Amino acid sequence: MGIHVEGVTKRFGSFTALHDVSLDVPQGSLTALLGPSGSGKSTLLRVIAGLERPDAGTVTISGEDATTLAPRKRGVGFVFQHYAAFKHMTVRGNIAFGLKIRKRPRAEVRARVDELLALVQLQPFADRYPSQLSGGQRQRMALARALAVEPNVLLLDEPFGALDTRVRSELREWLHRLHEEVRVTTVFVTHDQEEAMALADEIAVLHDGRIEQVGSPRELYDQPKTPFVMSFVGSAAQLGERWVRQHDLDLRLEPVGGAIEARVERIARLGFEARVELQLADSDTIWAQMTCAELDRLELERGATVWVLANQARVFAERP
Amino acid sequence: MSPFGGLTLGFVVTYLSLIVALPLAALIWQSTKSGATGFWQSLTSPEAVAALKLTLATSLAVALINAVTGTVIAWVLVRDEFPGKGVVNALIDLPFALPTIVAGLTMLALYGPRSPVGIDVAYTRTAIVLALLFVTLPFVVRTVQPVLQELDRELEEAAESLGASNWQTFSRVVFPNLLPGILSGVALAFAKAVGEFGSVVIITGNIPFKTEVSSVYIFGQIESGNTSGAAAASVVLLAISFGILLLIGALRRWTTRHHA
Amino acid sequence: MRKLALRTVALGYLALILLGPLSVVFWRAFDKGVGPAWTAVTTPDAVHAFKLTLEITAIAVPANTIFGVLCALLIVRRPFPGKGVLNALVDLPLALSPVVVGFALFLLYGRTGWFGSWLSRHGIQVLFAMPSMILATAFVSIPFVVREVVPVLREIGTDQEQAAETLGASQWQVFRRVTFPAIRWAVAYGVVLTTARSLGEYGAVSVVSGRLAGQTETATLYVSDRYENFDIVGAYAASVVLALMAIVVLVTMNLLRPKEGVH
Repeated sequence: MGIHVEGVTKRFGSFTALHDVSLDVPQGSLTALLGPSGSGKSTLLRVIAGLERPDAGTVTISGEDATTLAPRKRGVGFVFQHYAAFKHMTVRGNIAFGLKIRKRPRAEVRARVDELLALVQLQPFADRYPSQLSGGQRQRMALARALAVEPNVLLLDEPFGALDTRVRSELREWLHRLHEEVRVTTVFVTHDQEEAMALADEIAVLHDGRIEQVGSPRELYDQPKTPFVMSFVGSAAQLGERWVRQHDLDLRLEPVGGAIEARVERIARLGFEARVELQLADSDTIWAQMTCAELDRLELERGATVWVLANQARVFAERP
Repeated sequence: MSPFGGLTLGFVVTYLSLIVALPLAALIWQSTKSGATGFWQSLTSPEAVAALKLTLATSLAVALINAVTGTVIAWVLVRDEFPGKGVVNALIDLPFALPTIVAGLTMLALYGPRSPVGIDVAYTRTAIVLALLFVTLPFVVRTVQPVLQELDRELEEAAESLGASNWQTFSRVVFPNLLPGILSGVALAFAKAVGEFGSVVIITGNIPFKTEVSSVYIFGQIESGNTSGAAAASVVLLAISFGILLLIGALRRWTTRHHA
Repeated sequence: MRKLALRTVALGYLALILLGPLSVVFWRAFDKGVGPAWTAVTTPDAVHAFKLTLEITAIAVPANTIFGVLCALLIVRRPFPGKGVLNALVDLPLALSPVVVGFALFLLYGRTGWFGSWLSRHGIQVLFAMPSMILATAFVSIPFVVREVVPVLREIGTDQEQAAETLGASQWQVFRRVTFPAIRWAVAYGVVLTTARSLGEYGAVSVVSGRLAGQTETATLYVSDRYENFDIVGAYAASVVLALMAIVVLVTMNLLRPKEGVH
């Protein structure tokens, strides 16, 4: 069950947004499609929703082949980045829309809408118009609207992208609790790796129309399979052939076997942690991450010479 | 994402063909019936040429006057406040709402014999210009107003803080932004003026070679059964209208080119 | 100081160009008192002329409205080859002389025209009868609904419609419940413009109607007919009625304009 995407390719004119992409989304899971702009993550989501038709490949939802089905027949709930609120309807009207389309009896519609208003905590705003709501409230309404018709699958396209930071983290928490309660298979698209790591059970990392790796947040961080995944989920520095995480860089004041000489360019204290910008012999610049306590112990100054050791460095095989 | 798909396309194309395309095709075909030489003869008949010259000259004059007055009126309506502004704003559309023949009659009453203000310009070229000024009034005003409303005041404030005088701010900052709006309004006004019939047909007396504009000339040719004469002149007006539309389209693309 | 000068210039110009003529219509109509003016507009010919104008408008406006909405949907939501030509044809009536419009119809439906011979063989009268006048009126008033709806459709984007689709709505349901409510004020404004243009049409119907008093004269043709017959009061009295209609149109236009948002 869940969602199964097999060999999907999608082109827009001469631009290929998705190359032969395959993905399995387990039933009831909360999965993130993570990647930079242009990686194809939104396209993949829209292909699953039926808002785009793939040029090749299949999409199976809850065991049924949905590749050629119109969106309205797939049982998917879709939430847009900019809410797509029906501006001329009240909050109640928006949430009731899917049920009214299906010609459900009035009493049933009213009961279900009240249930959802309670779920998303928008009861006081039931008779307001979307323009009278804040961004976060509009997005909660959009979620309630999508859930009203009990979809098999819930798809969210950068749902918090248009909101400011504080609202974003509030809604993130809120979506997590919602998923615990409602348990519908959920896929969301984001370019924010922190959001993906905080929310998702499983993350699929996309790059240039291909899936580079699928795994739990921990797997992706601890065992990245490609340089892109390593630098996108968390961050990494490249030393020649080796890739290492900034917090795995060890700075010594004396030369040590295997260490690289570097000069301290800049020191920045960021609350608990500190960043030390280093210029390497071959004029590459990297930065090392450590706690301020560790920085104090080293007593570093601008222009000082240090020796850099890379713990836990990784080498990646050449792409076939 | 078009609802009803091919059916919509079919209906739209059929309706448009029936109402607009077919009549125009018939017109173009008619003008070719008498051959290239016949066409050229009708086109260059002295009366037709005189009418066309008069039409173009008056239309151009009116378009240019509107460029200035239309901008001033739009400016006052957007930036100024005075009692009754709403009524004045509404009245701008009067020339659009009022039938052209009624406009012509009132022009005659006001600026002809028995004029209450003592101005008698009936049967003169001035009458043409006055009538055309009436019917073209809304065009530049309505194309400039929204541009002025959208214009970010911060641009003018920045210019002032950099030392620009009022005139410099206007000519270097405001005016370039207004120009596309003014030009498309002018183009529309020109097109309206070139084809105008109802408001000029009474007050000008339609004296050939003196106060006869192209649309009146064509009407006369139709009445006297000279189809080829009417067709030739009509095709000229059609070409002018079409050219102006292309110009307005190009203007629109030129404007949006600067908007990221 | 400069503001006052600009204001004076603007208002002075408007008074000269606009208000003068408008007040003169009323003055000349009631020159000999209200009685004769009233008599003039209630003659059978006059009544018939106004009826005819309203009938023609009642057909041309709904037809152009349906066309206008569908055409706008087509232009914005579904690009197709030849869209530029379609756009040009829709906008052309704004820039084209009404006499040329009338003449083109005259050529198409006249006895020697493409449709002419077929029509006369079947006894269908188009020219010098109502059908051609409807066609002429529809031609000149075609652009308005399209031009008002297109920018609004563009602005609202497809998100709401796609959301409705994912919620299970069919194409017709999407149009009725989401698209149309979003464009209805633009449509209303377009309808008012179309009506104004249809009521006031003169040049094109002049050519195609034959101007038979009591039969194929619209209100505007009636006005010029009265004037040519030296019935000054009659001409101005009918003009007053038309001017009053125009004022109603003006008021409606300005009531609807704020609501229509993007212009």
